[in-house]
Amino acid sequence: MSVVVTSAERLLAGPPVEAGAESLAAHTARLGPLPRPGTDFIAVVERSGLLGRGGAGFLVGRKWRAVADRAAGRAVVVANGAEGEPRSSKDRTLMAARPHLVLDGALLAASAVGAEEVIVYVGADHRAAVAAMQRAIEERDSATRLPIRLVEAPVAYVSGESSAVVNFIESGDGRPTASPPHPRDRGVAGRPTLVQNVESLAQAALIARYGDDWYATAGRGPTSGTALVTISGAIARPGVHEIEYGTTLAELVAAAGGATTDIEAVLLGGYFGGWVGADDLREVPLDPALLAGRGASFGCGLIGLLPGDSCGVWATARIMTYMAGESARQCGPCIFGLGAMAETTRRLAAGSAADGDLDNLARWAAQIVGRGGCHHPDGAAGLLTGALSIFSSEFELHQRERRCSRQPATARRVA
Amino acid sequence: MGERLAIDRIRCDGYGMCAEMFPEGIELDDWGYPILRAGTIPDRLLPLARRAVEVCPVLALRLVDTLIANRSAAGPAQTAGTAGIGSRTGSRT
Repeated sequence: MSVVVTSAERLLAGPPVEAGAESLAAHTARLGPLPRPGTDFIAVVERSGLLGRGGAGFLVGRKWRAVADRAAGRAVVVANGAEGEPRSSKDRTLMAARPHLVLDGALLAASAVGAEEVIVYVGADHRAAVAAMQRAIEERDSATRLPIRLVEAPVAYVSGESSAVVNFIESGDGRPTASPPHPRDRGVAGRPTLVQNVESLAQAALIARYGDDWYATAGRGPTSGTALVTISGAIARPGVHEIEYGTTLAELVAAAGGATTDIEAVLLGGYFGGWVGADDLREVPLDPALLAGRGASFGCGLIGLLPGDSCGVWATARIMTYMAGESARQCGPCIFGLGAMAETTRRLAAGSAADGDLDNLARWAAQIVGRGGCHHPDGAAGLLTGALSIFSSEFELHQRERRCSRQPATARRVA
Repeated sequence: MGERLAIDRIRCDGYGMCAEMFPEGIELDDWGYPILRAGTIPDRLLPLARRAVEVCPVLALRLVDTLIANRSAAGPAQTAGTAGIGSRTGSRT
C-alpha cells in the first residue's frame, strides 16, 4: 500500500513516510522541542475546534476538559492506536512515520489534564507502528518525568472502543464494559482516563507549537484543519493521504491516481459510517460538518470506492458478516441480531432469499439501535440501513427474482 | 423529572419476564430480548415497571431518573441514547 502526500501536509510534512520512523533528533531539529503550555493549553485546543479522529468526531478540547475536571493530578492518558477498522491504515502509518509527534501530543495531553502515566495502545498486528512507538518511548526515557509504556492491543474491531481499551489494559479482556462508569470517571487503575486517538494527539502537538489560529488556516468549510484519510478499493494508488477538510472526493481521487473503474458507491467513514452514492458525493466537500448535514459520516477517514460492476448486496453481506463475527458476544441483541442480519444479507446476495428477508432486515436494523452495551451493533445497523437505501433496487431484485444484475465474476468485488 | 427503565445489556439473558410483567413499556425482539418504549414512564404505570425490575432473574433491569439518564448518555464517546446507560434485562423464551 503506497502513501501519497498531497499539498495539505502537516502531520506528514517532513521526510518521506516511506523512510520510516523519524528519530527524536530529527523530529526535534525539524519542529523544535516539545512546548510546555500546561493547563492553559486546553483552552487553546478548545478554540482550535480540533475534532477527534477515532471515528466519533468529538471535540478534543471538551474531552480533555472533562478529564481535567476529574483528574486531581492522577489521570491516565491512553494514546489510542488500536485501529481495528479493517481497511483503515492512517493511524499505523502515522505512528510508523511520526512516532514522536504522537508522543508529543500524549505528553501535552498528560500535562494539560493532570496525568501521572501515559499508555501507548497500538494494534498488535501493526508491527511497524509497534516498533516505531517502542523505540520512540525508549528515546524519550531520559527526557520525560512521566512513565510511558506501550501496550499491544488485541486484533479486533471493538478493541479501540474506549471502555474496551480500559478493560484490556486492566484485565487483559479486550471487550467493552457496561457504561457507566465512563473511562473519564473511572478508567485505568480506577483513575480518570483520557482515551484519545493518536492522530488527534499528533494534531494537538502541532497546535501547541503553532497555535489555534494557525490550525484554522487549513480547512475550506466549517471544519478547520487537515485529516489523514485512507482510500481503498477501485483506486490507482490506495493508501493514506493527508487532506485539508473540505477537499472534494474528486480531488482526492485525482491525487491518488484516479479511479480504476466506474464507481458504484463510496463507503465513507468505515464500517461505522455508510454507503454514499458515487454521483452524490463526487463534488461534495469531505468536511465532517457538511457530511453530517447529508446524513453521511467522515468517521475515521476511510474512503472505499466500490467498482461499478460489483454488487452492493454482496459488498454489504461481506461487511455484515465481518461485523457479526466481531461482536464481543456479550449482549443478546448484538449476538443474535447481527448474526441474523449477516445471514439474511448473505442469503439475499447468493440468490436464495426467503420470503420476507428484505422486510426483516429493515425491521431488525431499526430495532437494534441503542440496544448493545457498546455501540458496535449501532454501527452495523446504520451501515445496513444505508445500504438498503442506496442499493434499494439491487436488494429488491435479489429478493423478488432471487438473482443479481451483475456478472458473477465481478459481483463480489469490494470497496 | 420522572423515571425510565434502563437495561444492563451485558447482563441481560433474555428471560423475557419483564415484558410479561410490563407489556405497556417493554416488548421483545425476535430472539426474546427486550425493547424498551422510549421516554418517561407515566405515573400510573410505575408500579408495573417496578414489578418488571423486581422479576428480572439476573438483576439487569433498573429504574433511573430521566434527567440523570440523559446526562450520562450524552458523554464524549458516541451518540445513541440507551447504550450510554448500559444495562440489560432478562427474558427467557
